[in-house]
Amino acid sequence: MGTGYLALTDADREAMLQAIGVASIEELFADIPEQVRLKRELELPPPASELEVERELSALASRNVDNGRELSFLGAGVYDHYVPAIVEAVISRPEFLTAYTPYQPELSQGLLQAIFEYQTVICELTGMEVSNASGYDGATVAADACFMAAHATGRKKIAVAETVNPQVRQVIKTYAPGFGLEIVEVPHFGGVTDPEVFLTAAQDAAAAIFQQPNFFGCLEAAPDLARAASEAGALAVAHVDPLSLGVLEAPGNYGCQIAIGEGQAAGNRLSFGGPHFGFLAAKKDLIRRMPGRISGQTVDRAGRRGFVLTFQTREQHIRREKATSNITTNQSLCALAGLVYLSWLGPRGLRELGETCLGLTELAKSKIGLPLAFEAPVFKEFAVRTNRPSEEVVREAKKLGVNPGYPLGRDHPGLEDVLLIALTEKRSPADVERLAEVLAEVTA
Amino acid sequence: MAAAENYPADLKYHSEHDWARIEGAEAVFGITWKAQDMLGELVFFQPPAVGAEIAKDAVYGEIESVKAVSDLVAPLSGKVVAINEKVESAPETINDDPYGEGWLVRVELADPGEAEGLLDVEAYKQLLSEE
Amino acid sequence: MSEWCELPLIFERSKPGRSAYSLPRYELPKAEVPAALARTEAPRLPELAEPDLARHFSALAERNFGIDSGFYPLGSCTMKYNPRLNERLAALPGFADLHPHQSPEDAQGALELCYQLQQALAEISGLDAVTLQPAAGSQGELTGLMLVRAYFQDRGELEQRRKVVVPDTAHGTNPASVTMSGFELQPVKTDARGNLDLEDLRRVVGPDTAALMLTNPSTLGLFEEGIVELARIFHEVGALLYYDGANLNAVCGISRPGDMGFDVVHFNLHKTFSTPHGGGGPGAGPVAVRRALEPFLPVPRIVRSKDGAFSLDSELPKSIGRVRGFLGPFGVLVKAYAFIRVYGPALKEMSEAAVLNANYLLSRLKDVYELRYDRLCKHEFVLSAAALKREHGISALDVAKRLMDYDIHPPTVYFPLVVPEALMIEPTETESLETLDAFVDAMRRIAAEAADTPELLHEAPHGRSVERLDEAAAVKRAIVRYEPE
Repeated sequence: MGTGYLALTDADREAMLQAIGVASIEELFADIPEQVRLKRELELPPPASELEVERELSALASRNVDNGRELSFLGAGVYDHYVPAIVEAVISRPEFLTAYTPYQPELSQGLLQAIFEYQTVICELTGMEVSNASGYDGATVAADACFMAAHATGRKKIAVAETVNPQVRQVIKTYAPGFGLEIVEVPHFGGVTDPEVFLTAAQDAAAAIFQQPNFFGCLEAAPDLARAASEAGALAVAHVDPLSLGVLEAPGNYGCQIAIGEGQAAGNRLSFGGPHFGFLAAKKDLIRRMPGRISGQTVDRAGRRGFVLTFQTREQHIRREKATSNITTNQSLCALAGLVYLSWLGPRGLRELGETCLGLTELAKSKIGLPLAFEAPVFKEFAVRTNRPSEEVVREAKKLGVNPGYPLGRDHPGLEDVLLIALTEKRSPADVERLAEVLAEVTA
Repeated sequence: MAAAENYPADLKYHSEHDWARIEGAEAVFGITWKAQDMLGELVFFQPPAVGAEIAKDAVYGEIESVKAVSDLVAPLSGKVVAINEKVESAPETINDDPYGEGWLVRVELADPGEAEGLLDVEAYKQLLSEE
Repeated sequence: MSEWCELPLIFERSKPGRSAYSLPRYELPKAEVPAALARTEAPRLPELAEPDLARHFSALAERNFGIDSGFYPLGSCTMKYNPRLNERLAALPGFADLHPHQSPEDAQGALELCYQLQQALAEISGLDAVTLQPAAGSQGELTGLMLVRAYFQDRGELEQRRKVVVPDTAHGTNPASVTMSGFELQPVKTDARGNLDLEDLRRVVGPDTAALMLTNPSTLGLFEEGIVELARIFHEVGALLYYDGANLNAVCGISRPGDMGFDVVHFNLHKTFSTPHGGGGPGAGPVAVRRALEPFLPVPRIVRSKDGAFSLDSELPKSIGRVRGFLGPFGVLVKAYAFIRVYGPALKEMSEAAVLNANYLLSRLKDVYELRYDRLCKHEFVLSAAALKREHGISALDVAKRLMDYDIHPPTVYFPLVVPEALMIEPTETESLETLDAFVDAMRRIAAEAADTPELLHEAPHGRSVERLDEAAAVKRAIVRYEPE
């Protein structure tokens, strides 16, 4: 029975009922009308002991082919980077794990300072001046950015490059009707976005969104895209891979007003898609348009430095229907993992990691004898033509113990023969050799 | 230094705790001692643009404390000719001196006759005692 | 008094040349990004060796309070014990190292878990179909209203149905979600017993009403006694009922939202089903709906074939689309599922204990703090410090801060807005009688202190790492990131 989590004894219950002045627990529910009461037990599997639940869930887990059980080159938005042990040690501290949102600053200085440090790290990575405490994931922060831009510019159109992660584009489209926004997608040419075409699409737009590196792994001419967006009077929004920012320029340094992205790669395990975190950073003049929580520095009565949730009048609990968002719970613990991870890496580790990704990708390109789908330079992911439907290639390669990547035809009609291959530092040169062998075999 | 509770007799009052000081064809607007007391220390003033047309009883801007946001309601209609930059950079000026240094906007009145509809100090104090 | 001193920021502990990272160095071909795209100046990330990283975060943890630190009666947040088993299960390699783009045939265990959780949530809510995609309660709300919108659009009624009715006691997320989903807010009042004012309701509900958003029990901790009539009022005009599941902990296995007449429900798995809140997330906000709304649920949907295999279906033309990446916050779903498996039908006992604990506290505190609605409560209740304020100048905030001196996390304060100087108290089912009694003693002593030594309350808390902080200065100075000298 689940009662191991409950601390009341029968005697306690009796004493409590007496103190309340009722004869039975049922009496406590007398205010629930008869016709809406459940008059049977919930039809759920019977209660189970911890051991039985562990056995049952372990059996379910063992039916999944995780990355320990095949050599995987899957990426496409979620990446298998190494998560150092210090990350898990920190986020399993119960003072962090079992806390609620830091509403009471005197009992929450640890988290509030950690959030402040997280905000700083995100600003440093992206070249921005303000960051919120996190959003749900890399897709929902894009919708947040649209909402911010629409309010900042008074415009109702959003231009988004087709090379942006399809899930991100789908989420923007889901949010758009409620916001009264019109979404225009900008087609790619050879896997990248043409700044001239982007400029045309960005006319009258609130925001123009691109991704760097883009969904195909290609490097966009990001500074030119940002310039095009600004020229059209739209806010330039870059969706970036945080781990690329040791080798790739920060969006704030080439004219973007907002930087967003998926934080998973920084210290969060794959976990079948979540929980992860989205990050959202911007130039300072957008601070009052920002959704979500922000930790700010101040002093206490004794003059000591301390931190509080600040600019709260933006938020739903005060501004209600006029708030910048309805968000309350965000991804605090996942963002904390991101902070610990990025602090572990430091600037040199981040750069070295980026160089390793670049080198591995270069190696893989040279070893794999398949034509490149796109000519543009890449970072840690690249696309090849597989001579046959890439779904079939994946299926057959998996039989040989290798998951060679993501079939781009899943969301890009016309690219059914294209495979997207991701490399992280967890794949060695020998792993790349193995991938090349297997791809040669299944595409022959 | 927060001001002590007071309501000058030379002002006209709006029931939303806004005041107007009529000076010929123009008027200066602000919020009353009661309004700043309810809000607490003010941290932000969102003014209208100079040149904006504002309408009696409609919202013309916002002020914020840490835990509350309040719409500013125009006691009279007109065109904004000046905003108080001191309050923009130091919103707590409103707490210190709500009827002097803490004024918010100066307006060229569209219809001085509208002032007839506002409360005098006795009527406003009566309203406060009923709340 | 305090021995705490300022803790350096991680950046202030940083020293050029130090690092904690440890990564493989392979023999690789040299590859560079084009000069026009290359980073010109390295980001100023912290530079620390691992031992100092460990100490830094350990020191931060010591300045934080979680459920494991002590009693946490934060109203509306259901801060119950988080079973450690669930952490272990979510970290199993078969879950934690599973890529979300893995082929469904190689993710059958994960899909089955999600499917079983959907079934369990459908049964608990008394509704037909569930999506696990929303990342948190507020996103669940928004998803729910998007479903309402899609439903009326499909029926050609969206132009007409503009209004969503929300009581004045509602969480701020409700009105914010109304705006974000493109509807207009229609507030309604609470009556003298703490129920929704049915007269006010009849006046505002009509052909332009799309939905009601209701938390039941309400944020006052009171069950809507007129729920049957209330549901009838909305259904009669063709509108839908939305259930904010923030307070579901009161009624699991006792009364189901679907049976009350609700058409759409969101859950907060991090409240009712005990997944740890992590200092502000991650959460999970699954949504359950009646059959008529199922075609509009987010994609992809998990489909079970006759042979028991699971697959994903994204080809649902009426779907609102996707509200978040992948299937949802899977790791959170694992923990919630494990929790539900441990209890099974005994979830009813969980809710009974939560309601018993709340009523016990209420019965022992209502003679010293004002109670606006003197009824039996459900899983939480709202007291008022208005008398202390009137008589001794002691606010709800002072009471809250003083509770910290007794090693108790304060209740939610100043919410709901309809109760002045509100103290919203939710003990949850996992607290012992001894803990509840210690809280009662602390609250009663604080009420006495308010008369005898009010300065003790004004100056509280004592001995924490900081005293009360200047929140106005935080806004005016707007320091939201560290800037090196």
